[in-house]
Amino acid sequence: MKFTEEHEWLRVEGDVVVVGITGHAAEQLGDVVFVELPETETEVTKDDEVCVIESVKAASDILAPLDGEIVEVNEALADEPGKVNEDPIGDAWFFKIKPSDLSQMDDYMDEAAYNEFIG
Amino acid sequence: MADLGELKATPLADMHAELGAKMVPFAGYSMPVQYPLGVMKEHLHCRAAAGLFDVSHMGQVILRGESLDAVSTAFETLIPMDVLGLDENKQRYGFFTNENGGIEDDLMFANRGDHLFVVVNAACKGADVARMKAALEPAISVEVITDRALIALQGPASETALARLNPAVADMVFMDVATVELAGAECWVSRSGYTGEDGYEISVPEYQAEALCRALLAMDEVEPIGLGARDSLRLEAGLCLYGNDIDTNTNPIEGSLIWAIQKARRAGGDREGGFPGASHILGAMAEGVARKRVGFLPSGRAPMRAGTQIFASAEGGEPIGEVTSGGFGPTVNGPVAMGYVGTSYSIIGTELFGEVRGKRMPVKVAKLPLVPANFKR
Repeated sequence: MKFTEEHEWLRVEGDVVVVGITGHAAEQLGDVVFVELPETETEVTKDDEVCVIESVKAASDILAPLDGEIVEVNEALADEPGKVNEDPIGDAWFFKIKPSDLSQMDDYMDEAAYNEFIG
Repeated sequence: MADLGELKATPLADMHAELGAKMVPFAGYSMPVQYPLGVMKEHLHCRAAAGLFDVSHMGQVILRGESLDAVSTAFETLIPMDVLGLDENKQRYGFFTNENGGIEDDLMFANRGDHLFVVVNAACKGADVARMKAALEPAISVEVITDRALIALQGPASETALARLNPAVADMVFMDVATVELAGAECWVSRSGYTGEDGYEISVPEYQAEALCRALLAMDEVEPIGLGARDSLRLEAGLCLYGNDIDTNTNPIEGSLIWAIQKARRAGGDREGGFPGASHILGAMAEGVARKRVGFLPSGRAPMRAGTQIFASAEGGEPIGEVTSGGFGPTVNGPVAMGYVGTSYSIIGTELFGEVRGKRMPVKVAKLPLVPANFKR
């Protein structure tokens, strides 16, 4: 699993990458009350704003961590946004992206580096 | 982020740290925004049982004079409320107005027999005290209380919890005030609050505040609640946050606060006018206003936060209103908001649109409070 400085996690599953937010991010956001997911079959460029996540405190964006195509979104989050707090690394993935250049993954941190990053 | 070291601490700062509070700067104070329970669960706990809030940042002021009538008469020159007609040991909501009829701050004031006890917002207290001193001294003394904490116990189990410390509090009803001994401290208690729930606000000597809080927190019903949940609780309760929902440019009639101006101060009343901006406020009462504060219930799940523009139609046109407070209401279990709309759009049930991230989402004008109040009348 890889981690971005935007507190996303990326897990490779075959030829797609599953994206979610870290437990640290979920804790910082507070109780998540609304998630707006991207459309599937959308072509995205790295750093595009693809999701909106709103907590009891504020709204924030989730950025596309890679160039590619959104191939699947986790519709369950729209009905149960609280899953983001309950199981951020598991059930509460946001979308799956089919990357056009998997080498972009190399830019991201491994778990040890991420843990150091969040101190 | 501001350096918390430059901020003032309340007498309960050590207890907040021990409880694991997340502290944030608020009106010059380091205040707990949430505890480990989190905003959502704190909010729901307060509506289900009892929540303890530290509101020591608020200003506590005592007004004294030759007689209580002299004090009340003088205070009526600053606020459009019936102060003279307030019974002993009762409290009332009020606000300072300015020459244009705007609101300078909102407040609570109580008739405590030989003096008035006034509680004002933290962010405005310096200006409020200056205003009172300039207008009232030397005939009336304006004493700022700096050696007492202020806490609130709110929620349906508040009476059960507080009555364990002194059964006398159970006999109080909404807006009663009394001096009550709690955990060995002489407390000034009112049966009121700012959550829409039954509960108490308690002024306690600062050196005894922590012991009182610990006695309450030891009870199963009571959890500490931060400013985050305080905001969502007061929003569901339809209560204004000064600076967001009302400010120096808000005529109280626009702010839907006409209920707070008693008959004695209105046109034809015994003491009509006589407060700053009276002609603007009584004029607005007679002639109507162009905009009104209303509640909003967005139809979707997306919160409409402060600043969201409100439109009459799904496309085109100029904004007809704006959200001044908005977020997620845990008790409503959906987004809640309040704000202003043109008066012709202020009828309950009117279907409007709020623009969120460039998209117009349906929202209905809703009756305030958005959650029924639960006071002990």
